[in-house]
Amino acid sequence: MTVDQDVQKGRPEPIRAVPVRHPGRWAGAAVVLVLGAMFVHFLLFNPAFNWSEQWKYIFSDAVLRAVRNTIWLTVVAMVGGVALGIVLALMRMSPNPLMRGAAFLYLWFFRGTPLYTQLLIWGAIGALIPTIGIGIPFGPEFHTWETQKLINVALAAALGLLLNEAAYMAEIVRAGILSVDPGQQEAAAALGMSRMQTMRRIVLPQAMRVIVPPTGNETISMLKNTSLVAAVPYAELTFTAQTIYANTYQIIPMLIMACLWYLFLSSLLMIGQYYLERYFSRGVGGNGGGNRVRLRALRGGGRR
Amino acid sequence: MTTEKAARRPMVKAEQVHKSFGHVEVLKGIDLEVQPGEVMCVIGPSGSGKSTFLRCINHLEKIDSGRLWVDGHLVGYREKGGKLYELRDREVAEQRREIGMVFQRFNLFPHMTALENVMEAPVLVKKEPKDRVRERALALLDRVGLGDKVDSYPAQLSGGQQQRVAIARALAMQPKLMLFDEPTSALDPELVGEVLDVMKQLAEDGMTMIVVTHEMGFAREVGDSLVFMDGGVVVESGAPREVLANPRHPRTQDFLSKVL
Ligand SMILES: Nc1ncnc2c1ncn2[C@@H]1O[C@H](COP(=O)(O)OP(=O)(O)O)[C@@H](O)[C@H]1O
Ligand SMILES: [Mg+2]
Repeated sequence: MTVDQDVQKGRPEPIRAVPVRHPGRWAGAAVVLVLGAMFVHFLLFNPAFNWSEQWKYIFSDAVLRAVRNTIWLTVVAMVGGVALGIVLALMRMSPNPLMRGAAFLYLWFFRGTPLYTQLLIWGAIGALIPTIGIGIPFGPEFHTWETQKLINVALAAALGLLLNEAAYMAEIVRAGILSVDPGQQEAAAALGMSRMQTMRRIVLPQAMRVIVPPTGNETISMLKNTSLVAAVPYAELTFTAQTIYANTYQIIPMLIMACLWYLFLSSLLMIGQYYLERYFSRGVGGNGGGNRVRLRALRGGGRR
Repeated sequence: MTTEKAARRPMVKAEQVHKSFGHVEVLKGIDLEVQPGEVMCVIGPSGSGKSTFLRCINHLEKIDSGRLWVDGHLVGYREKGGKLYELRDREVAEQRREIGMVFQRFNLFPHMTALENVMEAPVLVKKEPKDRVRERALALLDRVGLGDKVDSYPAQLSGGQQQRVAIARALAMQPKLMLFDEPTSALDPELVGEVLDVMKQLAEDGMTMIVVTHEMGFAREVGDSLVFMDGGVVVESGAPREVLANPRHPRTQDFLSKVL
């Protein structure tokens, strides 16, 4: 019917209307452009940046070693933090009240005290626990080490970050596990899977979709929080920048140089986060909702 | 006693099964028997305890009193010297391997393809070699009419297709008993038939089945027995045609007058 009418009357003329003007947008764009130009001018011509001084150090041995230490700290603290976080999350959901209580106390302490203060304590761990030994609890010890020797600054820094991170990861993992439909555990149980098998093969892979985005943000936060281990003290990026300007008095150039490194590393992390999220959203919503995921990744993270 | 059992051992036997959630008694003494190869359909109003009873059969719920046997084995317990011992998690899981369950909401694993869904449990739980399981899984998916969907994720399948994958997944464990909890209730009407067809085929192949359903046509055609539950008890049971045509109990009459 409608087709017939179309044929009779012919197709109506396409609409040619005068578009709405948006003077506000133009004004806004102009303001942004001017501010942008001012900022570029500031970057290029403010002598305090001393770009040549930065160039001198940015790929120097000391700085590259510091970058390597920063990456090492981030990786160790995150891998360990995620692993311990999963254990803590499972403990918090355990039917055993003692397990739940222990996990709760852990979270209570590590989330209730500042990371910087915790790191200071790790720096002085030898004063708190002078020796570490293996043996029977409250009984004889078979071997004893001096803590300050066993836990060097690198280990102290990594442990400090790791144990703190585990507390936050535990909450993220728990939220992820709770987000999985209970019907999934039921179906797995009905197929004869054990609790551990169900967790590993069915629940955690699905929880990952909820766990990965905040974990990516945690990793980016961690990269930046490694700068706090100057408290231990350990020669990561910021600490190294400080040691350099302690001699050269070029404070701003060295701090900007550190920022450039942090920006480069966090950009790499954001790209990695994008692909991880895409992987773990497979099977959900066709192509995995690429756009939404990318936006979330770019928003990045920063807490504390 | 043992010889008597071996002669004709029921696949499922329930004796005075009671189950409460908190103070609410949901099952108030269920007695029934399902013979090997029998298809028992269970009907009854919502909240009458049908799902709870099914879940007790594979020990997803613990019963409070009474006895429940599957293929002659006490569900969830071991009886020794007149005393009951709880089974370990591992032993409960072993019992469950023998019992397939199909849920109203399918409960497929969304991060796995149809084929991976079907292969998962035999490989993980029974430690069967992957290539042999794959062969069996492909055959099963073919049998439920999804030979061309093996690589689809659940989200890419219709409800009817998902439920058929779920049936294949349960069958992959080669169970001796299949439990269906309203397998077609979450489906659009035009998709109900394809799932019932698969179940009918399964029944014809001799599978022992307990089917909670509102599909009276299926109960009449495929069921060997029909149980009407209400308020946590079996109100009436018998041959499906008999119960559906001439319900004796007023509550059965009342329920059937509403659904037929
Ligand atoms: N896990 C549970 N906790 C508390 N109450 C429950 C639970 N599962 C079922 N019930 C209650 O038990 C009763 C029977 O439920 P169900 O077996 O699902 O009935 P049906 O499947 O016949 O509709 C309902 O009143 C329901 O609210
Ligand atoms: Mg139900």
